[in-house]
Amino acid sequence: MAGFDKVVSSYQEAMAGLEDNMTVIAGGFGLCGIPEGLIAEIKNKGTKGLTVVSNNCGIDGFGLGILLEDKQIKKMVSSYVGENALFEKQLLNGELEVELTPQGTLAEKMRAGGAGIPAFYTATGYGTPVGEGKESREFNGRQYILEESITGEFAIVKAWKADRYGNCIYRHTAQNFNPMAATAGKITVVEAEEIVEPGELSPTDIQTPGIYVDRVILGQFEKRIEKITTSD
Amino acid sequence: MSLSREQIAQRVAQEFNDGDYVNLGIGIPTLAANYVPADIEVMLQSENGLLGMGPYPTKANVDADMINAGKETVTAATGAAIFSSAESFAMIRGGHVDVTVLGAFEVDQNGNIASYMIPGKLVKGMGGAMDLVAGADNIIVTMMHANKHGESKILTECTLPLTGVSCITKVITDLAYMEIENGEFVLKERAPGVSVEEIRSKTAGQLRVDGDIPEMTFV
Repeated sequence: MAGFDKVVSSYQEAMAGLEDNMTVIAGGFGLCGIPEGLIAEIKNKGTKGLTVVSNNCGIDGFGLGILLEDKQIKKMVSSYVGENALFEKQLLNGELEVELTPQGTLAEKMRAGGAGIPAFYTATGYGTPVGEGKESREFNGRQYILEESITGEFAIVKAWKADRYGNCIYRHTAQNFNPMAATAGKITVVEAEEIVEPGELSPTDIQTPGIYVDRVILGQFEKRIEKITTSD
Repeated sequence: MSLSREQIAQRVAQEFNDGDYVNLGIGIPTLAANYVPADIEVMLQSENGLLGMGPYPTKANVDADMINAGKETVTAATGAAIFSSAESFAMIRGGHVDVTVLGAFEVDQNGNIASYMIPGKLVKGMGGAMDLVAGADNIIVTMMHANKHGESKILTECTLPLTGVSCITKVITDLAYMEIENGEFVLKERAPGVSVEEIRSKTAGQLRVDGDIPEMTFV
């Protein structure tokens, strides 16, 4: 790699350095906007004992769900894990730990982690199981709980277009958690539908500045849809 | 007659005001989008990062990158905006969404809500519900008044783990429209043909009934 050129040509290079027991932060909402090829590479690598931070855990046989097949995930930090039979089985068997985290708190934990803020107060979860054991404090007559931010050894991100410098833009609601995930990895890997030369994306349109990104790989995406709903 | 799911949704939509930004939860709340009065405009917020959710796409226009918080394919309405999850919950937590509608297992007279977890059953997660109930001032809960065994879900105190505390202001069930004020449910409207006595018998929490209670009207 020369200068700011972050493009790698193989998935092995893209995920080089991922080891057992690391934390991986993954963008995506359900199956929308997930780095399909990077997830497949983690499966191929066989890395175990992972803590995966992502809003959901895919479905049986697709998305992050494939990492359950060989029991590669030790702990999942998610807001909703309801679409996955293998997940349920491993959870009930005690082979998998889950930390259910409110969706907005999860997004903010990633955002804060990437922004160097170790913790923040939020009203979300006060007085609920989520708030148990957490410090609480009153501001302006209302109770808030202290939530710690999240960073990980790796972040895996799906972009629509990335330039060689790692500047990224996202397409429609495939944006979701990807911009925050991108900021929160010590090594952030972007899998993009298209890689362009620096200067081709307007600086005004960049949603993730390249400073957050360490590696960029051109991906191929199946883009499976969880629920096809139509008007005709 | 108790209300159908569609009628509950129709009654919910009567609570919308022109210019409201509205977040609709999965299930009955989502149906309310079909009954927005013709003379007002509301904009639907979907917490995965879409403000201005439109109808489902035609088969030809299905786009894997265009989904709602229920993971269904949708379209963007004219004037929509798309953004990250952090931005989405900034607008929710920051109190910028005018109305939130969601389902529940139980509500109680102090405005507490339990909607995501039944101990002993597998917990699938709260998704965005905890953020939504912590962020909105105007939260409408849609639910059945009682379970299939006839046991009230409108309680003195929730028995299930909470989604949020002291946050619910309005409850629309298959039997009644109630508001929560000063530690009691205040009966505002009855479903057509449902008596105050029936509502009272299926309400475990403190119920205030002031004068004659009108029946709901549907256009």
